[in-house]
Amino acid sequence: MAWESVRPRWRPRQLGSDADQATFRTLHTASLASPALRSGLTEESVERSLKHLRSLLGTPALAVADTERLLGYDGLLSEHHADQALDLARQAMASGSTEVAGRDRLACTTEGCLVRHAIASPLVVDDRVTGALVALTDEPSATLLRATDEVADWVAGQLALAAYEQQRHRLVQAEVRALRAQISPHFIYNSLGAIASFVRTDPDRARELLLEFADFTRYSFREHGDFTTLAEELRSIERYLLLEQARFGDRLRVRLQVAPEVLGVSIPFLCLQPLVENAVRHGLEASARGGLITIEARDLDRECVIAIEDDGAGQEPERIRRVLAGEHVGDSVGLANVDERLRSTFGDAYGLVVETAPGAGTRVVVRVPKFAPGVTT
Amino acid sequence: MDEVGVSPVPGLVALVLVTVATLAIGTWGLRLSRTTSDFFVASRSVRPGLNAYAISGEYISGASFLGVAGLVLVFGAEMLWYPVGWTAGYLVLLCLVAAPLRRSGAYTLPDFAEARLGSRAVRRASAALVVAVGWLYLLPQFSGAGVALAAATGMPTWSGGLIVAVVVVLNVLAGGMRSVTFVQAFQFWLKLTALLVPLVFLVLVWLGDGATSPATIDAGGITGKVWADPIDSIGDHPLYSTYSLMVATFLGTMGLPHVVVRFYTNPDGRAARQTTLAVLALLGCFYVLPPVYGALGRIYAPDLIASGSSDSVVLMLPVRMIGGIGSDLLLALLTAGAFAAFLATSSGLTVAVAGVITQDITSRRFEGITAFRISAVVAVVVPLLLSLLTRDTAVATVVGLAFAMAAATFCPLLVLGIWWRGLTDLGALAGLLVGGVLTGAAVIDNLLVDRSGGWFAALVAQPAAWAVPLAFLTMVVVSRATPSRVPVHTTRFLVRLHTPETVSLDRD
Repeated sequence: MAWESVRPRWRPRQLGSDADQATFRTLHTASLASPALRSGLTEESVERSLKHLRSLLGTPALAVADTERLLGYDGLLSEHHADQALDLARQAMASGSTEVAGRDRLACTTEGCLVRHAIASPLVVDDRVTGALVALTDEPSATLLRATDEVADWVAGQLALAAYEQQRHRLVQAEVRALRAQISPHFIYNSLGAIASFVRTDPDRARELLLEFADFTRYSFREHGDFTTLAEELRSIERYLLLEQARFGDRLRVRLQVAPEVLGVSIPFLCLQPLVENAVRHGLEASARGGLITIEARDLDRECVIAIEDDGAGQEPERIRRVLAGEHVGDSVGLANVDERLRSTFGDAYGLVVETAPGAGTRVVVRVPKFAPGVTT
Repeated sequence: MDEVGVSPVPGLVALVLVTVATLAIGTWGLRLSRTTSDFFVASRSVRPGLNAYAISGEYISGASFLGVAGLVLVFGAEMLWYPVGWTAGYLVLLCLVAAPLRRSGAYTLPDFAEARLGSRAVRRASAALVVAVGWLYLLPQFSGAGVALAAATGMPTWSGGLIVAVVVVLNVLAGGMRSVTFVQAFQFWLKLTALLVPLVFLVLVWLGDGATSPATIDAGGITGKVWADPIDSIGDHPLYSTYSLMVATFLGTMGLPHVVVRFYTNPDGRAARQTTLAVLALLGCFYVLPPVYGALGRIYAPDLIASGSSDSVVLMLPVRMIGGIGSDLLLALLTAGAFAAFLATSSGLTVAVAGVITQDITSRRFEGITAFRISAVVAVVVPLLLSLLTRDTAVATVVGLAFAMAAATFCPLLVLGIWWRGLTDLGALAGLLVGGVLTGAAVIDNLLVDRSGGWFAALVAQPAAWAVPLAFLTMVVVSRATPSRVPVHTTRFLVRLHTPETVSLDRD
């Protein structure tokens, strides 16, 4: 659909032949109806798209029903046909095929009402009937029958896209839930092991570490809220690092450089912790001499830039690219999820930036706007 | 300049020192690195006290440092309403705006407009007004810097504004867009010290000279008695002008773009209130000082009134009263303070204005940092040119106009947005337009035309008293006329704004 990308600001008086013009008009009308339909089949989306659909078909009246009730009716002087349209829609949904009704079923004495016939076409999304489109007309014709079917198919296509969009959203949500529950069993086992080793030699430290462990799990299993503040997230990360340090001792060195001005920034819940876990895992566990994790948060007027860096083995950039593209490669589960959530929250400009090369460590940079509509803790 | 006996050396040294220090801090920033040994980020969030120093440091501009003394020198006690208003503005901010604004999550004023009303159009209108108020506030900073530099070093008047503009641009380009709380807090102490230490010596000299009361001196065409009277010296309608000034300063503070962004640093609404309270105390202390300079100027430098350089009275007093190496040192300190004042406020405003220009204009054509740099240059060049082209107006007067514009636009938006459910996007837009256009017209008239007297001159010179009520009225009437456009999330949003953080509430 190349024409969509060159949508001109001004319209020349004549572009193409009459047939081209008709095509353009049709496509334009369709494009007006589609954004509303992309939010699914609801009263609101039907209300916003119905008049465009009616001008697409050019009928005196048009109705859309879902499996339960009539969602919308658009037409002049013919509201009294709404119930009959619903009956016909039910019939079409029950049979799963297009139904036609004549004058006998559309009894009407209203003056000026043009409706004499009706064509109902079911909306089939993923092999399931979700509703029906009813075109009410004065003169039945094979062309209109065909057109109604085509429009119904097109609407169903838009609804299918809406369903995919919702599924994608649910998937991201599910991944967040999974991420919460996904404190790695190794981490729990190792932390408890490290704490146990202090119970005799340093009971006070063991007690402190246990409390940190409790606070860490409480935060990670938190039930409500999609967002948190940078301060909260960093606090949880500090607890995590304390527990890891109990295990690794001096091998794990951490440097924090945080501008206090950005601590109040709202960020998606658990969007930094997986990155720090990755840094510890990749930067440290492979190397015997230990490693340095640097966490940096800087203030850049309207944005806050957070960088998480390790001086470990580094990775192939190509591999990271595949991880971010959604392929399941190895154990970097968190990375793609964090990237996806940042993009869906703040827009595509705010995806993760990963700088890495074999032997050169890894640096993951997160940019977060200080304000984004709808994002608050 | 005809100031005999002023050596340019101390002023220039102070200028160079402040410039170098500002650029160095802007370039390298403060590298405050911590290791895991002193953990716990929460303990590091900016405390209300420190934040208050930073806000005061950013807020006290050249107009406060030099302008107030100049106005008091010429017009007398009536001008005390400027420092009173600039301080009392924070009282209104404290009571009506501080905590809810922080809880709204907005960083800038356009952010608040968008979050509250969900309208891109209101956001754009607010953004345009941020630029207008910012430029109007930058203009007197540049012209004031010219006056200060001319007085301290004898350089031509236009050069001071140019130097401040260049330093600000360099500083912002070098990465000064990050607001470093410690630096801004330091600025407050620098300004306070720079004004307080010389004043101690000056007052001692004054006492030694027999402590003549400034109210007994007739100078600049005003008798001592009239000078000391708080509502009676200049213009045809002093009572109106005074009330209008109070409206502008009391209500305008909440609409200053570079002050509002600092409230984001507070961890929550309660801290925002504590910060504001501390700012009130700090400004209350600071603003005692400049009028004393003005009063001493009545006795020791009355000729400045006639020569039209009353804004330089703060800098001239040490030379007139002490002389010798002592006065050179005090002059250097005062010049440093004045320059710090111009730079701090100008940088804050430039970042605020450049941010808006970047977001709405230049980022469409250029990549991230380039866009910001171009915007910063534009943000500085426009008011610099205006300061060179428009007629000479007292520094504090133009600042007063900037406050009037902020009061007639952002004050209704914030107050109604926070306290009234009925506000609609169309209402807000109409109110912003009315307030902005009316005060904008008054500003243009002020900057271009010299009016001699009468009601019209008084109304135009102090537009707040009529423009602010009109803007409020427009917002309410248009909102009432379009009740169907009340945003659907209004109630939820207001609950969030007004519920203390300690109350457990699902805030999403």
